[in-house]
Amino acid sequence: MTLGLSASGIWKKYNGDQILRDCSFSFNEQGIYVLTGANGCGKSTFLRICTLIEEPDSGEIHYSVDGRMVQKDLELKRRITLVLPKVGVFNTTVLKNVAYGLKIRGIGGTEATERVAKALEFVELRHKMDQNALTLSSGETQRLGIARALVINPEILFLDEPTASVDQKNTGIIEDIILNMKRDSMATVVITTHDREQAARLADHLLVMNEGKILPC
Amino acid sequence: MFLAESFKTAFSLIIGLNAELLGIILLSLRVSGTALLIATLLGLPAAALLGFKRFRLKGTIISILHTFMGLPPVVVGLLVYLLLSRSGPLGFLALLYTPSAMIIAQSILAFPIVAALSHSAIVGVDRIITQASMTLGATPYQVSLTVIREARYGIMSGILAAFGRVMAEVGAILIVGGNIAGFTRVMTTTIALETDKGNFDLALALGIILLTISLAINSAVRLVQQKGTAGAGR
Repeated sequence: MTLGLSASGIWKKYNGDQILRDCSFSFNEQGIYVLTGANGCGKSTFLRICTLIEEPDSGEIHYSVDGRMVQKDLELKRRITLVLPKVGVFNTTVLKNVAYGLKIRGIGGTEATERVAKALEFVELRHKMDQNALTLSSGETQRLGIARALVINPEILFLDEPTASVDQKNTGIIEDIILNMKRDSMATVVITTHDREQAARLADHLLVMNEGKILPC
Repeated sequence: MFLAESFKTAFSLIIGLNAELLGIILLSLRVSGTALLIATLLGLPAAALLGFKRFRLKGTIISILHTFMGLPPVVVGLLVYLLLSRSGPLGFLALLYTPSAMIIAQSILAFPIVAALSHSAIVGVDRIITQASMTLGATPYQVSLTVIREARYGIMSGILAAFGRVMAEVGAILIVGGNIAGFTRVMTTTIALETDKGNFDLALALGIILLTISLAINSAVRLVQQKGTAGAGR
């Protein structure tokens, strides 16, 4: 019972510039999907539309399980999540940042504590749980973003340029985290990156975007 | 020599803290504290409404709020006086020359400060916070609460700034309170009266206490602002 995504004929314009042009993409099996392409080709916009944060100008986004369409409601939005390139940490501790997704779902107590600890362990940030999240380095902030997403057990995790602004060491750690997620079958992962070598290292399914359109590989 | 003598007496009055002095200080705090509470209870929802909702005349309302931050207290005093005077529309409430009238006047003075500064704090929160909470599955209401939480230090600064303004204000409460001894006489109105009478000792003593309270409020504002930016140092 894998949550699948189908995007068909997506068009999106910003300030008069056509960002996405008849963009289509679909999957219904687990693994790592890497969407690569030059900076500004529309990858991030496409991800925001896929995750229902933004509406397309035209085209359709559908989620389905075993061929049956899933309603695009809050329940669906809570089965997927997107980690933005600029993570958007809350001005509080690392622990409370990670617990946020659980808190808004009404999950607290021992279950929340255990899940937060596990997510922090997974991204190697457990030792910083009591630190203010705004004091983390950019690499640690990205890892915090991943932990904050993982703690809610998403069925599809979208990562928008997760290593664009981090050093080589943290890039390695983040790539390991992504590969471990695949190993543990934690979620279907969709990543955007402009780094073709990284795309080759991570991808089970490689997709290339050019001038707002996903090209067949 | 005269000044030194006055300061000496003023300090002995503060140290002695007689019942009259204590009564004046407590009434000041009660009136301004209640006014601040009312202004906060009304100002915060107004700030949230202006921060999160789109509606016609929103820009005009924000401009008016910012203009009213500098409302002259005597004008507010005059308006509240006209409202509460026996022949005014709310005269039947018989509130003129009572602490309640002073609270109403100070609430009007504090409201635009709380609302405008809280609104600025809310709209100043990085849009990425809104997007981040949305991506984690927050409802629109939860997103709003998250943004308000991120704006908390700015909001607290606004509330403290409003408290500083009403504590130091004299024009409005003098008009609507009447400066009645033991009933509506507060620190600022006592200072004005005692200075007029040439009784500088009590005026100075209250001035020192008022300055100390003002210093404490400003220190609190600084602390709150420092705490808000402490984590954002990098």
